[in-house]
Amino acid sequence: MSSTSTAAAVAETPQRLRGRDAVQQYIGKKMSGAEIFLHALEAEDARVVFGHPGGAVIHVYDEMARVKPNFQHVLVRHEQGGTHAAEGYAKATGQVGTVLVTSGPGATNTVTGIADAFMDSVPIVVFTGQVPMPLIGNDAFQETDTLGVTRSITKHNYLVRSPDDIPRIVHEAYHLARTGRPGPVVVDLPKDVLMAEGVFQFDDEIHMRGYSVPDECDEIRLHRAVRMIEKSQRPLLYVGGGTINSNAAEVLTEFAHHLNIPVTTSLHGLGAFPEDDPLSLGMLGMHGMWWANQAVQHADLIIAVGARFDDRVTGMVDRWAPHAAIIHIEIDKSCISKNIYADLAFNADVKSVLEQLRPLVKPKKVKRWLNNIQDWRDECPLTYADDGELRPQYVLEKLRAKSGGDAVVCTDVGQNQMWAAQYLKFTQPRTHITSGGLGTMGFSLPAALGAGFGLRAYGIDKTVISINGDGGFMMNAQELAVAAAHGIPLKVVIMNNNFLGMVRQWQELFHENRFSHTDLTDTNPDFVQLARASRCAALRAERPDQVDEVIEKAWKINDRPVVMEFRVVKEEMVFPMVPAGKSSDEMITSRHAPETFV
Amino acid sequence: MNEEAITLTPQQLIRKRAAGEPVEPGGPPQSQQHIINVLVENSMGALIRVVNMFSARGFNLDSVTVGVTEDSTISRMCIVTRGNDRVISQIIRQLNRLVDTIAVYDVTGTDFVERELCMIKVRCTGAKRSEVLQINEIFRGRVVDVTPDILALEIVGPTRKVDAFVNLMRTHGIEEVARSGRVAMQRALQPAGSEI
Repeated sequence: MSSTSTAAAVAETPQRLRGRDAVQQYIGKKMSGAEIFLHALEAEDARVVFGHPGGAVIHVYDEMARVKPNFQHVLVRHEQGGTHAAEGYAKATGQVGTVLVTSGPGATNTVTGIADAFMDSVPIVVFTGQVPMPLIGNDAFQETDTLGVTRSITKHNYLVRSPDDIPRIVHEAYHLARTGRPGPVVVDLPKDVLMAEGVFQFDDEIHMRGYSVPDECDEIRLHRAVRMIEKSQRPLLYVGGGTINSNAAEVLTEFAHHLNIPVTTSLHGLGAFPEDDPLSLGMLGMHGMWWANQAVQHADLIIAVGARFDDRVTGMVDRWAPHAAIIHIEIDKSCISKNIYADLAFNADVKSVLEQLRPLVKPKKVKRWLNNIQDWRDECPLTYADDGELRPQYVLEKLRAKSGGDAVVCTDVGQNQMWAAQYLKFTQPRTHITSGGLGTMGFSLPAALGAGFGLRAYGIDKTVISINGDGGFMMNAQELAVAAAHGIPLKVVIMNNNFLGMVRQWQELFHENRFSHTDLTDTNPDFVQLARASRCAALRAERPDQVDEVIEKAWKINDRPVVMEFRVVKEEMVFPMVPAGKSSDEMITSRHAPETFV
Repeated sequence: MNEEAITLTPQQLIRKRAAGEPVEPGGPPQSQQHIINVLVENSMGALIRVVNMFSARGFNLDSVTVGVTEDSTISRMCIVTRGNDRVISQIIRQLNRLVDTIAVYDVTGTDFVERELCMIKVRCTGAKRSEVLQINEIFRGRVVDVTPDILALEIVGPTRKVDAFVNLMRTHGIEEVARSGRVAMQRALQPAGSEI
């Protein structure tokens, strides 16, 4: 079996089924809240828990040493790293990621990761310790109102009030995180609840009358969709991350081939449709392909699949896709007609809608439309200078050639992220992991760590590459030591231009070259030494002719992480670009040609 | 409100203009007051979650009342808010998205009864006092507390009636006003063709 099908198979197997049997033996037994909690995690088949101990959860860690539950606990070195690791785990495997931290600072350190998971619909459950119930509200040591702090960045959150409630709440938390539009759930565990004795009970049913997964896909809607598709002459599929969350990449690819409709993806949609396919237009939006944005602006029908019309996709909404009718397939009703009015909406699971729609529609004859798109492709191809300097795009092309598109790539935020999206040509779902909505610098390394653990836990054989800028790498560099300690063979790439590159780019383009606080030349550490001090292998390339050798060497190291520092030119910019708030018609295509294409 | 009601985004207006189709004369839909009833789990935090959603997403919140229903596990919230059709539709969807929310009804377009309770302390003596009591009579209010120079009155009715009463009392010297906020309930028999 190929590794691809393994990854897809893992993502589609309900996590729950595997864990249920493991806990049968504990049902009806008396034990501490902490032990009940551990078995509740086993019941959910949480194979890896990213955590950090502390006073409020010390009893959980104590029971962990005594009971030896069947999951692996990974001691991260900062709770934010733990949440990103859980995100990486979730996105690489399609299973729910798990985090366990203590109260107060432990909980507040997870906030960035929780907000990130909320924006990007990543299923994670974060368990936070809490001071004993009688002390809540007393400004006790390491007390934070975790429910209050996380209320607007979670799908739901819980305070557990009795040890007997733990299995039900844990079960609901995983159910909420996984189903519908996935997202983070926080469960706050007061210390006295963990210490008290309770009975382990286990109910597989979910009793939540306020929560259901929508399925608005009826005959009338399908019929209207068929008519709209038949009528269109310039149709376009706009695919987002919801397609991957719905495990619908294969169905979508088949759908697009059957209809012969070109496909553009959002940042999170990368991998849902193979980018080496002739129908693929790559990414659209602010740093998307020029031809993809042109296609949007000229399309007469856009079928948005599991996407939410983010402002980085649409730019100025008034002028986005002015000629297009919109069909929107989306599981979260609040995303429908929020930014862009949907002429027809399916508030339902992407996969099920595509499967029902597929047999009803006939292949489209849109040769002229595809020719138009080909012309745009030829008119403004993706290029960079070939002048003997080391440029990040060149490094990415070499990485793509080495990995053959079969690696899981975690990118950070900024220029490195956009170049990776443009040049790595993703072909499989769950191989592109990034912080899109929140734009969290420091995401890549811990996410890659989590992805590495996830792939290992599910026996999926894929290389994990973490792509970083020199700025973002420093924000969670402590997790290198964790990867080294567990022998996770991450390929960590640092595109070092000694600048906060994306901000630098905006400063050059829109702020008259005032490079305010973005130059890191004298403040960056020696990344090779930093990596070695963290027990990782480290390599460096400063010229294009060294890149191949560094990559070859790195791929031979399989027992620990390897950090590759590429000293790239600092002036390189990400093009094409739609300036913030402008229309998709107004793309800047290079530094020296700031004229706009209309 | 009918959630599928066609409301135009700026993008759609431009599209319509480009196609030469007629565009609504009045421009974008007007902001309107809506009364939304929400049934939520009667649990700690459900009320806060709802109110928090309004502030986090920048929606208007004119008044909120909350109380338990005939089912002790369910609370009913009555929310008065403002916005155009797009905003109201977004509010309803965001309310539905909350896990504690069991049902959401926009009662504005339907046949409903609304009430607000108001308690008001008025400083009045002598002839003034009988005048206040007369007005109170007209509004079918009740006297709930009396001291030699203060009358405490209770009035129940639609918000407009309460507004009118409070305004009349202003001339007599209001000491204190406590208003409950609105509660609304749909009539059992809805006119034909109306939608909940």
